[in-house]
Amino acid sequence: MSTLPRAESSPLLEVRDLAVRFRLERPGGLLRRGHDELRAVDGVNLVVRRGETLGLVGESGCGKSTTGRAVLQLLKPSAGTVVFDGQPIHDWWVRKGRRWVWDARLRELRRRMQMIFQDPFASLNPRMTVEAILTEPLRNFGLTGGGDRRRRVQELMATVGMDPRFIRRYPHEFSGGQRQRIGIARALALGPDLIVADEPISALDVSIQAQILNLLARLREELGLTMIFIAHDLAAVRHISDRIAVMYLGRIVEEADAREIVAAPRHPYTQALISAVPVPDPVQEATRQRTVLSGEVPSPVNPPSGCPFHSRCPLREDRCTRDVPVLREIAPGHRVACHLVD
Amino acid sequence: MSDTTTEPSPTGDAAEAVLTIRDLRTFFQTDGHVVKAVDGVSFSVRRGETLGVVGESGSGKSVACLSALRLVPSPPAFHPSGEIRFQGRDLLRLPEQEIEALRGNRLAMIFQDPMTSLNPYLRVARQLTEVLEVHRGATPAAARQEAIAMLERVGIPDAGRRIDQYPHQFSGGMRQRVMIAMALLCQPEVLLADEPTTALDVTVQAQILELIAELQASLGTAVVLVTHDLGVVAGTADRVVVMYAGRIVEEGPTGELFADPQHPYTRGLLASMPRIDTPPTGHLEAIAGLPPDLGHLPTGCAFHPRCPLASDRCRREEPPVVAVSAEHRAACFEAEAGG
Amino acid sequence: MTLPERSPSEPAAGQATDLVVGTSLWADAWKRLRRNRMAVASSGLILLLAVACLVGPPLIAATWGYDEQTQDLAYGPQPPSWEHPFGTDFYGRDLLVRVLSGGRVSLTVGFLAALVAATIGTVYGAVSSYAGGLVDAVMMRAVDVLYALPYMFLVIILVTILGKSLLLVFLALGAVGWLLTARVVRGQVMSLKQQDFVLAAKSLGTPGRDIVFRHLIPNTLGPVIVTFTLTVPSMILQEAFLSFLGLGVQAPRASLGALINDGANQMLVFWWTLVFPGSVMAIMLFALNFLGDGVRDALDPRMRR
Repeated sequence: MSTLPRAESSPLLEVRDLAVRFRLERPGGLLRRGHDELRAVDGVNLVVRRGETLGLVGESGCGKSTTGRAVLQLLKPSAGTVVFDGQPIHDWWVRKGRRWVWDARLRELRRRMQMIFQDPFASLNPRMTVEAILTEPLRNFGLTGGGDRRRRVQELMATVGMDPRFIRRYPHEFSGGQRQRIGIARALALGPDLIVADEPISALDVSIQAQILNLLARLREELGLTMIFIAHDLAAVRHISDRIAVMYLGRIVEEADAREIVAAPRHPYTQALISAVPVPDPVQEATRQRTVLSGEVPSPVNPPSGCPFHSRCPLREDRCTRDVPVLREIAPGHRVACHLVD
Repeated sequence: MSDTTTEPSPTGDAAEAVLTIRDLRTFFQTDGHVVKAVDGVSFSVRRGETLGVVGESGSGKSVACLSALRLVPSPPAFHPSGEIRFQGRDLLRLPEQEIEALRGNRLAMIFQDPMTSLNPYLRVARQLTEVLEVHRGATPAAARQEAIAMLERVGIPDAGRRIDQYPHQFSGGMRQRVMIAMALLCQPEVLLADEPTTALDVTVQAQILELIAELQASLGTAVVLVTHDLGVVAGTADRVVVMYAGRIVEEGPTGELFADPQHPYTRGLLASMPRIDTPPTGHLEAIAGLPPDLGHLPTGCAFHPRCPLASDRCRREEPPVVAVSAEHRAACFEAEAGG
Repeated sequence: MTLPERSPSEPAAGQATDLVVGTSLWADAWKRLRRNRMAVASSGLILLLAVACLVGPPLIAATWGYDEQTQDLAYGPQPPSWEHPFGTDFYGRDLLVRVLSGGRVSLTVGFLAALVAATIGTVYGAVSSYAGGLVDAVMMRAVDVLYALPYMFLVIILVTILGKSLLLVFLALGAVGWLLTARVVRGQVMSLKQQDFVLAAKSLGTPGRDIVFRHLIPNTLGPVIVTFTLTVPSMILQEAFLSFLGLGVQAPRASLGALINDGANQMLVFWWTLVFPGSVMAIMLFALNFLGDGVRDALDPRMRR
């Protein structure tokens, strides 16, 4: 009876010590099998509040996409907990033969959490009409039947700014931006609470990126979505996110309010990342202090000891090569994993 | 009607220009219709200068550069007009052997994906020394020495050992360095860089851009940097050319163009980018609509369907090139002529 | 991407909106195929041959009263004439009717064997790749082993042990011909499984059965069709080879291979007994291969050179 509105700040999603490890078969023939372990995600902690947008940034291979997929249970986490709306969903897997599959609850949960993909050309089945693509989720859950279904599909099209008359067309008849809109409509079809947008604009043209960012921002307001926005483009992430978490080699190295992390980054990696983002202003570019990192991201198969960033860190000290720094709060809402930050 | 956006740089310095492209048209014959990928483009680069060529996919920026090296297969491509002047010769009309002698030697190119231009089956050493042996007749030993030196120069650690590895043994950033080393081995007059950092992470992008700038300063190479990223251009280019639908819509010195953009497309691009240096605005001024289909271009100004300032005239006539200042031009009826 | 203007059509029941109907990839491929003159001419030729082979022998039997087995030893081998345009063979049998009925055997064997191969191969490849893991490894090693066997040798042994019959020839061909299709389908499904649209379907709660039938199979159909069209001529050729070795269709029945074998034995004296069956065979194979290439180009325009 007392359906008190939940506090605005109560978390929708809590991720604790999330790890995803992949087994890599080492080449070596049938007889001398060996394997390496790739630690794609290595102990990630995240809290996403209702209605909030969390930006997840990092360079390729840092584990941000894998984190997104593990949160949605599209991948079974190797360790850690994922609590969605108070329920530990990481447990909702059952073993079937040699593999793990979702149990009924996890399948039902699809209605509440969805994903937007990076590549609008690979994420839509080329043999299906837009109508078939958008009907699929409705049919999977027996939502809206018959003529209502077409109405719902056209509604979805209109929601993402597409002409509803185009539902009988095929994906290849649309441009990248339009296809991305269709992908967004598909993610919205089931009316989810949480959307994980995995690099949703990086495959698009510059002039289209802004359209999609605006669309996502509008939908978030109108539908009250909670969002995890994954991207390597810090400027875009800052634009749309309330909070930003920076990932490096499978870990979160810094997390703070979006404005604060850009204005006053504390982790040396965040500082380097921000200084490397080009600014479309020649005057600033000429005077900006740029921290150019040496070297490249180490392999997650063979991560460095101690702080994962120490091999490229300009401020490295002895203890950085020995001890793994923990993510700790240095100011309200600002967490950093670095030995050298007080 | 022709040559609307195409006046060759009148500002003297013609002697200084290393590579001059005049009224280049590259069309493709595809089933049924002609796609005007590059439609009357003129620009030039001077010694030691970096020219940024900015545009979205389909703007013709890459095709223009590939045409300059005659790397566009023809057919289906053909050039109804154009002249590419380099060392007193017109590259468009040069016999194939002569262009081959220049390519990779006096004119070099680096691509977005280094894997497409490095042969995966050959060791890096072989690919680097071949350039020197073919173009400069160096002895194998000397060529190897020089190749190792160049790899060190582009920041590849342990170059003496790594030169004997295969391309796939290098990471993306390192591979791009190998490409740059290969491109610069013969100390070319012109380096055409087509989205050289697009596939790379920002921290690696910063390294590569810095590397190109350093090498350019020491070798005096003219660089044509093709990119979709106005941010990259702002930090590296001396002059900028903005392309849309196969034409140049605006060009000018970098500072002036960014401070006082005249073409609505340039302004739109700048306004639509989320920026890290200014507080977020909440809403981005996106350019409406979609880039045009090059097979079916709109009448008049190709940008008019997306332009907030479009008038009837823009729908009918192709806009003239307005000289905003000595070196700053825009192809728009609304551009303010000045001096 | 161009959006061809289409006339609005098919207003849905009770819905006022006039929907813009798109062109599916199949329709696109069909359009490309029809534009390919070589492929169109080839399919016309194949159709013509098929009709001739099907209708010709009974028609000739009805009109002139002989079929491919009717002998006239007194008449003997005669060069082409108005009465017998392809001439007659050693036993005085009309070569035209023999070539036509031989063509029918060849086409039937080719299409049926290719169909069997495509069916077995598709199911096998799809199961193997969908199951993955150990099952996949075992199934594909089995294919490798079969591939490694000297296949003609195997067929020859089979035929010698089990006796000579058309059914056996066609079973033998089909049973070995599926290896390629199985590999093609498996490769295709493997790469499709990695595609985002399959992950998206999973994320939307699409059951496994629907993923297979709505997402995976429709997208493997293209390569299967291509493999099929290119398998048909190779099956015809192999049947001909078997018949040429005397292991296929047995006298007095005819297949093109058997006819060519007969003709080759007598080519210096009775040239027409080799030239006519040989030419028909060559034309048939050319046309089928051109059609196969056309289908491949139409279904996968990126592959076109």
